[in-house]
Amino acid sequence: MRLKAFSRLLFLATAMLMAGLASAEYQLNLKPAKTALGEAVYDLHTLVMIIITVIFIGVFGFMFYAIFKHRKSVGHQAAHFHENTTVEIVWTVIPVFILIGLAWPATKALLEMRDTSAPDMTIKVTGYQWKWGYEYLDDDVKFYSSLATPRDQIQGDAEKGEHYLLEVDKPLVVPVGKKVRILTTANDVLHAWYVPELAVKQDAIPGFIRDTWFQAEETGTFRGQCAELCGKEHGFMPIVVNVVSEDDYKIWVAEQKSAGGAAAYDPGKTYSVAELTSAGEAVYKAHCVACHQPNGSGMPPTFPALTGGMISTGPIANHLDIVLNGSKKNPMMAAFGAQLSDMEIAAVVTYERNALGNSLGDSLQPGEVAAARK
Amino acid sequence: MEAVHEHDHSHDHPTGLMRWVTTTNHKDIGTMYLWFSFAMFMVGGVMALIIRTELFQPGLQVVQPEFFNQMTTLHGLIMVFGAIMPAFVGFANWQIPMMIGAPDMAFPRMNNWSFWLLPPAGTLLVLSMFVPGGSAGVGWTMYAPLTVQQGMGMDLVIFAVHILGMSSIMGSINIVTTILNLRAPGMTMMKMPLFVWTWLITAYLLIAAMPVLAGAVTMTLTDRHFGTHFFNAAGGGDPVLFQHIFWFFGHPEVYIIAIPAFGVISQVIPAFSRKPLFGYASMVYATASIAILSFLVWAHHMYTVGMPVEAQLYYMFATMLIAVPTGVKVFNWVATMWKGSMTFETPMLFAIGFLFLFTLGGFTGLVLALTPVDVQLHDTYYVVAHFHYVMVAGALFSAFAGVYFWLPKWIGKMYDETLGKWHFWLSIIFFNLTFFVQHFLGLAGMPRRIPDYSLQFADFNMISSIGAFGFGLSQLLFLYILIKAIRSGEKAPEKPWDGADTLEWTHLPTPAPYHSFETPPTVK
Repeated sequence: MRLKAFSRLLFLATAMLMAGLASAEYQLNLKPAKTALGEAVYDLHTLVMIIITVIFIGVFGFMFYAIFKHRKSVGHQAAHFHENTTVEIVWTVIPVFILIGLAWPATKALLEMRDTSAPDMTIKVTGYQWKWGYEYLDDDVKFYSSLATPRDQIQGDAEKGEHYLLEVDKPLVVPVGKKVRILTTANDVLHAWYVPELAVKQDAIPGFIRDTWFQAEETGTFRGQCAELCGKEHGFMPIVVNVVSEDDYKIWVAEQKSAGGAAAYDPGKTYSVAELTSAGEAVYKAHCVACHQPNGSGMPPTFPALTGGMISTGPIANHLDIVLNGSKKNPMMAAFGAQLSDMEIAAVVTYERNALGNSLGDSLQPGEVAAARK
Repeated sequence: MEAVHEHDHSHDHPTGLMRWVTTTNHKDIGTMYLWFSFAMFMVGGVMALIIRTELFQPGLQVVQPEFFNQMTTLHGLIMVFGAIMPAFVGFANWQIPMMIGAPDMAFPRMNNWSFWLLPPAGTLLVLSMFVPGGSAGVGWTMYAPLTVQQGMGMDLVIFAVHILGMSSIMGSINIVTTILNLRAPGMTMMKMPLFVWTWLITAYLLIAAMPVLAGAVTMTLTDRHFGTHFFNAAGGGDPVLFQHIFWFFGHPEVYIIAIPAFGVISQVIPAFSRKPLFGYASMVYATASIAILSFLVWAHHMYTVGMPVEAQLYYMFATMLIAVPTGVKVFNWVATMWKGSMTFETPMLFAIGFLFLFTLGGFTGLVLALTPVDVQLHDTYYVVAHFHYVMVAGALFSAFAGVYFWLPKWIGKMYDETLGKWHFWLSIIFFNLTFFVQHFLGLAGMPRRIPDYSLQFADFNMISSIGAFGFGLSQLLFLYILIKAIRSGEKAPEKPWDGADTLEWTHLPTPAPYHSFETPPTVK
């Protein structure tokens, strides 16, 4: 704890020197961790900061002393020594011992960091361009989590909210005090799952599964974001983790299971164009808007316009095919078949044909999507 | 050329544009390398300012995210391959023959080609912005499989990297051959100026590392167009393989940039301390150790990919070990200054700025070497701050020191000392304003390569952007100083720096003649 106080002081002093701007609001150090492992990392960082500060002051103390005393303008005559074996051995050996002293706590923290054995629960995290998929392997809960900040805040047409760019439609919810094992993988390109206060960062690699873990010691909301460049919306795929009490967690899981019916549909019913279009808007905003834009204009040539687009105003079977299976020509168009339900696909295809400046009047029924999947 | 001159053909050369196109003279080629590097420095600098303009405030104001990603990619590639590396090859061309008493480089025609490959490669990089879909938005590290999604801009970047690599390999072969074969009688290896030693070691690093990069980008190319699956798990490949190959090149690359910078500093500090370099032999051994270690630590750039913990431990220990020879170098430079008789002309100021700030970058390197800490800081602005301390305050400041130091020898005229000092102080203040605060951003968790950020990061980003514009504008002053010196600088004295004791200062007139050391000097 004393280390922490010292390091804060150190950073504060440096910042004052550098910019004269220090105030309580400036975050100058690692954020205080909410896990035991995070505290170990924090202390390790403080230890190395103290060591390098001492060496820095020592070495450059000598240098500045020489700069002021051993200069020609004060009449100092140059000495002519140019080696000293003893000194050279000393300043090679001493750093080795300092490094060994550092390696010990670093090794301890690393071994703990990588010990993912005996978790209380496991969540599979999948990176998509550009959202996160979460699957609770023990509780059979599965959902997607994407940026909730409205586009007009990003474009500067509305005032930015408190959690600008760090808010999602559906946060990850975990119980406090449990060892949560995170399995990461990705659907398309590399991503990295990074929550500073939980001291986790793990790359998500398509085709492979990696793991990490955390055990939050207090309840609260912790925010992070994707840390590995994953294309144009890399800066817009945040992570929000709600750490709740165990009872609240159980209630939340039960809610998820009953709400799972939202994506279900009535197979006997024929949905109207209006019904599907209104349901499709939410799907469009969560999954399509980043590339095809809120008004459907896209960003040609990579992201074609949907307004008057070749596929979105062409035969509906082709439209369904590209949403379900992705594009064979353009690798940027992902296959959404595995991500979206039949109802969601029916709704979003109908929305794209009857909104965004299109008005074809046709619709796709969820049953047709189910048939196309076979 | 007139026929009458045929008997003395070696002293003739075309004038005007053809002089530069056809030249095989190491001084001409060195000059072209340096000007090319400066031009690329300006282009890459404008890209940096576009990045900093977008990051001035939260929200998207100036550019769209795809273009922002292209800027980070091209800024990195152009600064590394177009600005810093050619700058030091320029120094090598000018200085190595003069410092070892050789008449020219060993392969003058290959030397010409090494240079003339650069402008097409630079053009390809810039041109990639104007093809459909724009340039590659993948970062200078070009990680797969994002590279597979890119448009034809990616292919132009790959070809540019191939050409730049060829240029570097040929330049390196030339440097190694020159140093090993063309030294004047009496110039034993352990009498070579440290700048020559650092380039000998760097050239070996380049020959070993550049083909690896060429392999990595070629595999990317065949994954994109010819149906291979090196980096695609669905076809039996592995995206992480790219990172291993890239960083096997990429870590030595860091030292390819830093080691010649060490060489320049090792000439400048003794000259202005009026005292021989402390621990010459240990400097040579430390440089060689750093070079060897640089091939054994690459995966410390990949602590978060999920390597086995045993591998992480190895890379952590090996990386920490680099602090030892690097520390030796810093201690030796300070010991050289100790009890000297120092003066502080612009080259010395930049050398001290280098020493101070490069060491700071080295310290943050030690912080990042610790795997558990790096997991927090990897891919954040802390890393951006760290490598800019090494690349800008390290390599670039050293290049400035070298230009001010050798300019009188090259052109026979002095630069304006007052303006030179202004250039130093403006550079060092704005540099720290730009990059020091980025440490705080990284510690607080701001990822790199994002075009927009949450509100908690707003103040430091604004400070950083202000610093960047100040730093960029200060470099226009450098251009002005150069032009002023070339056009109307005072005539340089034969030996402007008291403590300079290498052959170009002791055995050649100022400015150095077009052909020097046609008869080798004898070194005692």
